[in-house]
Amino acid sequence: MYRYDQFDHQITAERVAQFRDQVRRRLSGELKEDEFRILRLQNGLYMQIHAYMLRVAVPYGLISAAQMRMFASIARKYDRGYGHFTTRQNIQFNWFKLQDAPEALADLATVEMHANQTSGNCIRNITCDEFAGVARDEIVDPRPYAEILRQWSTFHPEFGYLPRKFKFAISGAEHDRAAIAVHDIGLSVVKNAQGEVGFRVLVGGGLGRTPIVGTEICDFVPWQHAITYLESIVRVYNEHGRRDNIYKARIKILVKALGIEEFKRQVEADWQFTKNGPCTITEAELNRVSACFTVPAYEQLPEGDSAVEALQRDNKAFANWLQRNIKPHKVPGYAAVVLSLKKTGIAPGDATAEQMDAAAELADRFSFGELRITHMQNLVLADVRQSDLVALWKAADAMGMATPNIGLLNDVICCPGSDFCTLANARSISLAKAIAERFDNIDFQHDIGDIELNISGCINACGHHHIGHIGILGVDKDGEDWYQVSIGGSQGNSAGVGKVIGSSFAFSQMPEVVARLLEVYVRERHADERFIDTVRRIGHGPFKEYVYATPIAGDAKLDGAEYASLEKGTPYDMPYYSRRF
Amino acid sequence: MIIKNKSVVDDDWSVLRLNEGDTTESVAVPSGKIIVPLKVWQAQRDKLSQRADLGVWLNSDERAEDLQDDLAKFAVIAVNFPKFADGRGYSIAYHLRTRLGYRGELRAIGDVLRDQLFYMQRAGFDAFAPRADKDIHEALKGLSDFSLSYQASSDEGQPLFRRVQRGGAA
Repeated sequence: MYRYDQFDHQITAERVAQFRDQVRRRLSGELKEDEFRILRLQNGLYMQIHAYMLRVAVPYGLISAAQMRMFASIARKYDRGYGHFTTRQNIQFNWFKLQDAPEALADLATVEMHANQTSGNCIRNITCDEFAGVARDEIVDPRPYAEILRQWSTFHPEFGYLPRKFKFAISGAEHDRAAIAVHDIGLSVVKNAQGEVGFRVLVGGGLGRTPIVGTEICDFVPWQHAITYLESIVRVYNEHGRRDNIYKARIKILVKALGIEEFKRQVEADWQFTKNGPCTITEAELNRVSACFTVPAYEQLPEGDSAVEALQRDNKAFANWLQRNIKPHKVPGYAAVVLSLKKTGIAPGDATAEQMDAAAELADRFSFGELRITHMQNLVLADVRQSDLVALWKAADAMGMATPNIGLLNDVICCPGSDFCTLANARSISLAKAIAERFDNIDFQHDIGDIELNISGCINACGHHHIGHIGILGVDKDGEDWYQVSIGGSQGNSAGVGKVIGSSFAFSQMPEVVARLLEVYVRERHADERFIDTVRRIGHGPFKEYVYATPIAGDAKLDGAEYASLEKGTPYDMPYYSRRF
Repeated sequence: MIIKNKSVVDDDWSVLRLNEGDTTESVAVPSGKIIVPLKVWQAQRDKLSQRADLGVWLNSDERAEDLQDDLAKFAVIAVNFPKFADGRGYSIAYHLRTRLGYRGELRAIGDVLRDQLFYMQRAGFDAFAPRADKDIHEALKGLSDFSLSYQASSDEGQPLFRRVQRGGAA
């Protein structure tokens, strides 16, 4: 992975000093809250319902064991012993004190980490395919480009005060696993007919209030021109993006208003000034950065392992885990392993300090000391010898990270919702828990197969509900949590926005709503057909009809007293919850 | 007092802002060193072109290109930040310096605060009029928050990777 040189260290250290002084001036009253707010957000520090929240960047989702241990340390030292991994491949700590933030940033700097631009109206952390470098369908490893763009966007003097937040995602494989089409700029690293590397650039995608799939602005920007071309896009947006209405301030609205042809014309007019200029990426710089992403010292191994195969026959839990949590690797004898952070009863994406330490230990033992954070809010060990899978499974299982549910119903994408977030209209992790408990039967989940259930607690769509096969959006009705349900959304190469099936439901009705959607699927599916494909084939009609055919009693669909209280109040009032709820 | 060339100095320019009832055509431009709004310049160009002690200011929704042919006429060009969070002024400064070749004083006015000065300086400003309720000597410190930067901008035409020999993987 990328290693800081003296310049990266110096810039990071100066940032820590700058923020330390800003916090000092805030605490002394020299800075007013409205002046400080934007500064703290650009350092990843939010003010949430209960406390400050620090969001730490995991650039393109790649992290070392030492860095993961630092997260564990920060969770213990400054927080309540856990952290939350997000759809943006970052980590959030929910219970921070303002005065601790500079010290935490200083701690992070010791392991080449920071919280720069993890919030605010600037270019955010660039997300990436979590299987970059190991995926069998990879065309070009996108990580060196992601790192070059990280440096370009860090403290870019023109783009610190954009009309709104600005998100890049980058993928270099045939299958898009970074949801590039729903980002402000989506990059796909490709090769042209001559074998030269370049970028297919999508612009103006995004979720939130106005979900839009990005439009191609250029099918091939040679890699040397990535910085200058992308800078022109952001410059045109900075100058012309709407600033009168935050709901219309994203680049997707500008692109739509101008039309892609006019937008492209303006970008290219700007680009003429910089194309081939000093910001053209040099071969030397690409080589320097790429050298950090070298292929690990793989052994020559046979494909397959007899001990793994034997246990797979004898142990159903292990077989399930192999089926769901192991992904193909381009090197024979290796596998990429997903550590599930979706155990029922735990907020999706949460990990305790003990789990983080354990994951770091597993990375050291089994995967060249590296991990990845996935946008599905799980962890990945990307380079595991197949012959280590049994030992890894046992160790991960002991730490509650071997739930065999990757890509299944309970592998829910979920934002923190109104349990934590000031923006949210409704709770989402509590709802995820209610749904997960209703379907907490791994055989049933395996029978349903690949399905994406995404939950957002508000229209900002941090839980990516629009692109869930089943998407749930929390809405507030007279102070109560209600939920709007859509089906047919998808991420990846055929990204699309789901369609709302009808009027919204109360919290307590939601597990039954999901159950009914699944019943229609089970009734209608062809052999080996995924839920999303059935929806595409038969349309929304049969799902909608069945869900609304008979009323769902508000109180009948949750079992027992626990659900009854889950429906009310915040999780913090509930002693039977894990401390993470 | 303003910050200019990294020091606090006296300033004898005043900034003309339109009051209610003023129009760009009718507003009287006082004598002496004065920085007028772009629209006043455009409306009263014939009268004002004779003056040597004239500056002009752009608001954040105006374009550097509007001054393309007149750059030599002004002793000062200012860019107004109606709110410090309005980042259009950075691109205006960048255009004036790098595309239009303006070399005179480029001043940030309006909601100008210490913690924005470093980026403003990089984008091309060399003079700053911090908000009146702020300590200008404190604000001056904002210019030296960082000693180096990754990217090129108006202040430094070369990105870091072309400026220095960088280290790499161990």
